[in-house]
This record gives sequence, C-alpha cells and structure tokens, in this order.
Amino acid sequence: MLASLKKKETYTRYFKSFKFAFYCMTHPLDGYWDLTHEKRGSLAVANTILILTLVARIASLQFTSFIFNRVYWPEVNIFLYLGSIVFPLALWVVGNWALTTLFDGKARLPQIYMATCYAMLPYPLFQFPLIIFSNVVTVNEAEFYTLINTIVLIFCGIYIVVAMMQIHEYTMSKTILFTAFSIFAMLVIVFILLLFFSMISQGIAYFVSIVREILFRI
Amino acid sequence: MKRLAKRIGAFAAACLMILVSMPIQAQAAEKGYTYTYDYWGDVQYSPDAYEVAGTFTAVDFGLENKLTSPQGLFVYKDYIYIVDTNNNRILELQRTGDTKIELVREITEFTGDVEVTTFNAPHDIAVDEDYFYIADKSNGRVLKLTKDLEYVMSFTKPTDATFDQAMEFLPHKIVIDTAGRVYCIATNVNKGLIKYEPDGTFVGFVGATPATYNFMDYIWKKIATKAQRAQMENFVPTEYDNIYIDHEGFIYTTTTNVTEVEIDNGSVDPVRRLNMMGSDILIRNGNWVICGDVWIGNAGGYSGPSLLTDVTAFENESYVVLDRNRGRLFGYDDQGNMLFAFGGSGNVDGYFRTPSAIEHMGYDLLVLDAVDCSLTLFTPTEYGNLIYEAMDLFKSGDYAGSEAAWRKVIALNGNYDLAYIGIGRALLRQQRYREAMDYFELKWDAENYSKAFQYYRKEWVEENIIWIVIVLAVIIVIPLIVGRIKKIKYEIDTADIFRR
Repeated sequence: MLASLKKKETYTRYFKSFKFAFYCMTHPLDGYWDLTHEKRGSLAVANTILILTLVARIASLQFTSFIFNRVYWPEVNIFLYLGSIVFPLALWVVGNWALTTLFDGKARLPQIYMATCYAMLPYPLFQFPLIIFSNVVTVNEAEFYTLINTIVLIFCGIYIVVAMMQIHEYTMSKTILFTAFSIFAMLVIVFILLLFFSMISQGIAYFVSIVREILFRI
Repeated sequence: MKRLAKRIGAFAAACLMILVSMPIQAQAAEKGYTYTYDYWGDVQYSPDAYEVAGTFTAVDFGLENKLTSPQGLFVYKDYIYIVDTNNNRILELQRTGDTKIELVREITEFTGDVEVTTFNAPHDIAVDEDYFYIADKSNGRVLKLTKDLEYVMSFTKPTDATFDQAMEFLPHKIVIDTAGRVYCIATNVNKGLIKYEPDGTFVGFVGATPATYNFMDYIWKKIATKAQRAQMENFVPTEYDNIYIDHEGFIYTTTTNVTEVEIDNGSVDPVRRLNMMGSDILIRNGNWVICGDVWIGNAGGYSGPSLLTDVTAFENESYVVLDRNRGRLFGYDDQGNMLFAFGGSGNVDGYFRTPSAIEHMGYDLLVLDAVDCSLTLFTPTEYGNLIYEAMDLFKSGDYAGSEAAWRKVIALNGNYDLAYIGIGRALLRQQRYREAMDYFELKWDAENYSKAFQYYRKEWVEENIIWIVIVLAVIIVIPLIVGRIKKIKYEIDTADIFRR
C-alpha cells in the first residue's frame, strides 16, 4: 500500500480516472460501462468524490446565503449532518448489492460503491458555484437558485440509476425495478438495525439491573 | 413554504422552550415578566416595557360597595368609564395626575321618556363629544344618553328578517364611529357586527368571519344520518368577543372562540381589523401568527391557547391584546411583529385573575379585572418609550432619529429582533445599504435584506463597471488571441516553404 504511493504511475492512474469521472458526466452510458468493464474507475477517486461531496455539504451549510439556508446553529451536529449522506449511501450500497447479487448483477460491492460515488460528482461540482451564486441574488431571483439546485439533484439521481444499469448489465426496466427494491431493502435494514439496537440495549439493561439488585442485596 | 420551514426549524426548539419556560413562570416576579419571541420562536426575556403606576379598586374611588364583575372600559380624553356590570352602574372617572384617578360620578339611572330608566347588566359603553352609548344587555337595548343623563333614543332588536326573531337580543359590546353609527356584538349572533344608522335603523351585518371546514368533516357530514348530523359541529362563523374602533375608523375585533388546532392550521384569526366593507385588513407580516403565546405550556393549571378577550390600538397602528386565559398583554406593531408580552396570573400588582377589558390613554394602558374587581394603570418604562419613539420617528420620516432610538433600545435589550430590523430599515432609508444588510442578515429578514442588497449590488456594479468590462474582455479576448497564435504557429510549422 505505502510502496505504491511512491510510484509515479499510481498518481497518473489516479488523475486519469479522476478525469474519467468528468467523462462519465458527459457520456453516462458509455462512461459507467467502462468504469467497471474496462477498469477505468478507481476507489481512490470514488473516495475523493465522496469527501468532496461532504465538504460541499458543509460549505453550503456555512456559506450559502441565509435566504436559502437558515440554520439554527444551537441544534447543528456536524457528524449527524455528514451522517445524513454517509449513512444512506452505505445503506444503498449494501441494500443494492444484497439484492442484485441474487439477481445476476455483475457488479461487486466495491464496484457499486465506486459507481454511486462517481454518479454523485455533479453535486460537489455545482454546489461550489451555487454557493457563490446564492450570495449575489435577492429573494426575487431565488427561483433560479432553487431550480439549478433541483436539476443538479435530479441529475445525480438519474446518474445513479444509469450507473447501476451499466455496471450490473441490466435493462432499463429491470434497473428501475431493482432501484425501488433497493430502497425497500434500505428500509428493511433500518428496521432491523433499530430492532437490533433496541434489543441490545434492553438486554444490557436487564443484566445491569440484575447486577444492581445483587449488589444491593449483598 | 417559508412558514413551513420556519415551523420545522423551530419545532425542536419549541419542545425545549416549553420545558424551559415552565419553571420560569413560577418565579415570574424577578425574571421573565416581559418577553418577546425571536426569529426561531425562542422566548427572549426583555426589560419591562410597562410598569404598574397604580391599581385602583372601589375603595380608592370612595365607593361603598365594591365592583362586581366589571366588563366594560372606555377612555374618552382623560375620562375613564367603567361599566360595573353586576351592580348595574357606570363609573365616570377622571385621571387627574400621572398616577391619580378620581371618581367624577356614579351613573345608576337616567331621566327621559322611557319605561325603564335603570340599567340591567350593562356590558359596554362608548362615548363621544355629546352622548353616551351604553350596551344595556339584559334590557335588550343600546341606550343613547346625553351627558346630562337624558334619554335620547335606543337601538333595539332588529325587526329585519335576517335577524332570528325567536332569539333574544343581548347587546354585548359596542363601538360608535365618527358619524354616530353603532356597531354592536350581540350574544349568540355569529353573522358579524350588527350595524345601525345614527337614527336607529338596522342596516345589516358586517364583517362575519368566513366559515371554514375541513374536507374530511365535509365528507363525514355527507354520509351521516340526520340524527348524527345534528350531533356534529356546524360549519358556522365564529362569534366575536370584543371590538375596538381606532382613530381612523377601522374596527379591531377579537374572538376567544379558538382552539390550538384552528390557530395552527390558520382557519381562525383571533384578531382581525375590519374596514368599512367588513373585510379583514390586518397586516400579518410577522414571523408568528397573531394569537398571543406561540408555545403553549400546560403548567400551573392553565391550558389551551391565549384567549384574546380585548384589544386596543394606539395612534401609530400598533395594538395591544389582552389574554384572559393567562392574564397577559401582547403588543404588536403595525406589521404584526410582537413588540412585547407581559403579565401573568396572580394577585400581585401587574398580574391579573380574569382581565376583561383593556384601554389606552396616550401610551398608558388601563386593564380592568373582572374577578379582582380592580383597574390597573400601566405606564411605559424608558424601554417601552424608546420603542414607541423609534417607531414614531420612523413613521414621521426622521430615519436618523429612529436609528438612534433603536440603538438605545439595543443597549437596553440586545435580544430584541425588532430593534435590529428597525435599525436596518432606518439605514436602508438613509441609503446606507451595506450596513443595513448586516442588520437584516443578523435577524434573518430576507425580504428587507434583498431590498438593501439590490441597491447595494446596483451601486457596486456602477462603481466597478470598468473592472467588470476589463475582466470580461480579458476572459473573452485572451483565449481568442491564444487560439490565433496557436493557429499561426501551426500554419508556420506545417507550411511547405519551411519544410526541410
């Protein structure tokens, strides 16, 4: 791992696949196919895009004009805020993988993660200019900001679906079906997690109370 | 959308607020007598805007029997009229000093060509230059008397078909306009205010609240049987509780017939301001609904929303409403922003048991308590006076003066949103846009911020137009030149003559 950091081709490959992320934005069908099948994407770039997304989200929280972004600072928890991206992403990747692996999906877990991250690129790419833009508009022109923001988010969504289609070698209708199933799977996972944590905490509370009782009696 | 976002944003705060405000109510005398809500709906305690100048009971006026459930209060010049309902009398008082109120006379009967020359449960009085108008409730009439207590005429039950003749006519609250027309609220009448011409003819009803219903109720009613339908609530307008006519002739109304749900979904307006056509023209630009307390705790035996039982409006179009439920007074400015809220339930000066009426004299406030049988006189403190001064100066166009006054208010209360926005508005009018923007941004006033920013942006572009043109030119021209040079270079490199 460390040794590879010293090699020059590691970096050339990194920049090449970073450039490829932009190619994916303009040529989604072709791009996402090559991502896994031609091995032109890399996890390092996927991580970079995820970090950029998180940075963009925090930056927009702090720097977007208060016209669009009213933050009650006493209630802000930066980790929860970042979790609102990372946690659904993790759920999506796991949920999608768990389903597609049973239904001839060709992609492996890291590849699903990689493709999803690549598809998120429009968000950080547009968010930074939008932050600047938000600071030079008035409420009368607020619609432009909201419109661009919405379009970017819709594009991210479309890219994720297209990316899934290409890496799994699915048809369009099958992809949409499995996107819906993946979302359902995410809900199921959340439900099981809640159940699990509530069980654990109940169990721990049970033993804690037993120990307390014993200590009290002795 | 904006309101929704605010509500969601403030919801979490709300839960916290209710928790926080409860213990404070208990020890209210030291802290938290006066408060306002900030942008997020958090309670911000403020210095007192009003202080008690005196509490007066029947003993102070030299009367033998104490007031019994007084309901009506009216101020005309420096005369104060208390309608002592259960004693069937009216007290005419005069304010003789800053903290002195003296009895002028006790009105129990009048003379003239009419069968009954006494009152029976009078509820309200209105006074103009020459006449008294008295809502003589249980006698079913509104009396018009001269100031020497001679009977002139009475306004009686309308004989019109629009008035249900089977129903008793119980005039409850009255106001008169400058032309001598009488507007009256009668018990069990929900069609609006009953309007009489000066000669006593019934004109009609004005200003009924729009009847509202929700869709589910409507569907249920459609499928219910007749007997079930009779059990259900009717979709009818709400009854008014009190009226007040301001110096411009607009009528303020309040209703206590409200529930928390109705206030939340906006189907009822506790305070309305009616024009001559009877339509509501109250400005509601504030962050919060004009309904008294925004967050309702259920501590100390009190529950439900504020019951706004009376209203009084100053000359500068700000107004104060009186909450019967928790004994509080809420001041609002002409835009519907809360200026201050103070008061509470209790027996100490400045607290009430069941306040029934409010009036103003200049910027002083008079509150009548029906259970405590007392009249409380409030005078504005330095803080309260500064707020009024700042608003009045702004209205009269002295923006620098208004700014200075608001700055003094901030010195006394740094948590006062309106002061920041006030400074911002004053700066905006003084064309100091950049500074104004900071003040608006601080208190989340996007509308005013945008106004200031628009001017500032225009100014900035005008000042820097040369640089903008240069930068744009550079951005456009440099790639062109570079392209051209590259092209020439390419042509030279590939030209046949230079080939070796």
